[in-house]
Amino acid sequence: MKQKKYMNPYVGGVLLGLVLIMAFWISGRGLGASGASKSVVVTAVKTIAPKHVENTAFYIDYMESHPKPMKSWLVFQMLGVVVGGFLSGAIGGRLKFQVEKSPKITNRTRIIFAVLGGILFGLGSQLGRGCTSGSALTGMAVLSLSGFLSMAMIFGTAFALAYFARKLWI
Amino acid sequence: MGPLYVYDIISENANFFFAFLIGIGFGFVLEINGFSSSRRLAGMFYGYDTTVLKVFFTAAIVGAVGLLFMSLFNWIDLSSIYINPTFLWSTLGGGAIMGAGFILGGYCPGTSVCAASIGKLDALAFVGGIFIGIFIFTEGFPLWENFYNAKYLGSPVLSEYLGSSRGVLTLLMILVALGMFWIGEWAEKRFARDDYKLNQK
Repeated sequence: MKQKKYMNPYVGGVLLGLVLIMAFWISGRGLGASGASKSVVVTAVKTIAPKHVENTAFYIDYMESHPKPMKSWLVFQMLGVVVGGFLSGAIGGRLKFQVEKSPKITNRTRIIFAVLGGILFGLGSQLGRGCTSGSALTGMAVLSLSGFLSMAMIFGTAFALAYFARKLWI
Repeated sequence: MGPLYVYDIISENANFFFAFLIGIGFGFVLEINGFSSSRRLAGMFYGYDTTVLKVFFTAAIVGAVGLLFMSLFNWIDLSSIYINPTFLWSTLGGGAIMGAGFILGGYCPGTSVCAASIGKLDALAFVGGIFIGIFIFTEGFPLWENFYNAKYLGSPVLSEYLGSSRGVLTLLMILVALGMFWIGEWAEKRFARDDYKLNQK
């Protein structure tokens, strides 16, 4: 099946902005992504090692503020992202198992760096109290100081390191 | 008057249902703009594809302007919208670590889930990495607890912080974004690549 073209990015930006506004208007909060992963991690740790969760200060605090980690706004929203992404991919003829990478590197290299990037993003999103969606995009839309700082640091650092990572992409 | 959930117009379960619908919209818009492609996302940092910049800043402006108008017409109570708190050092440090993750991994958390949903295996690997990264954070928490909570500035909005109004700051944001869009369009021509055609008309 022939892939359909992507949307005009400015139109896409307006639509993303409207989704964001609906989130503010309905739920009083913006979009987010990393929070749901944290719910999954804490739930997994609790299932595998319940004693450990009961004895560790961080998990005790977390369970107190989130008694049911999986029953959270962000978890439901992320389930929606999976469905929405899949629907758009199906309509656009882009459903395909593949490793996407620069032609100059192997699949193995790409996967190793993807895992490494994920680890850093996971750790950074916790320190920064939110990722590109929750801290930078949503944070900027509500004009929060931390939103502008996150945006500048995420994109600034990626630009600063782009030269060293160029073999992965170009 | 919004937000609907905050004003008890909808129940908690309805709020979760709307979260799911909003997520569908979020995932759909990300995918149809090619945010499910790591080469497109990384292209931002080499200039050959600046779609991320255009979508991201257009969305931030629409969000900011939308909130302003809705508050002007009393459709939404801005004071009940969650404002991200600022803990200066962890905001900066976390942002830098995320930036490194972005350029090495080619995704961010939301886009990786979106890309995994259409079968990108590198995105699935990235999602696995996120779980490991968060696990490192939760297990090692005592090590960075002080850093995490240091230099708490409350939840300031930038306009207050600069002694300006929301309207003026939003206008400034729009002007800066227009300038960046212009640079982005220029960069896509300047750094166009033979092996990458996603953004070619």
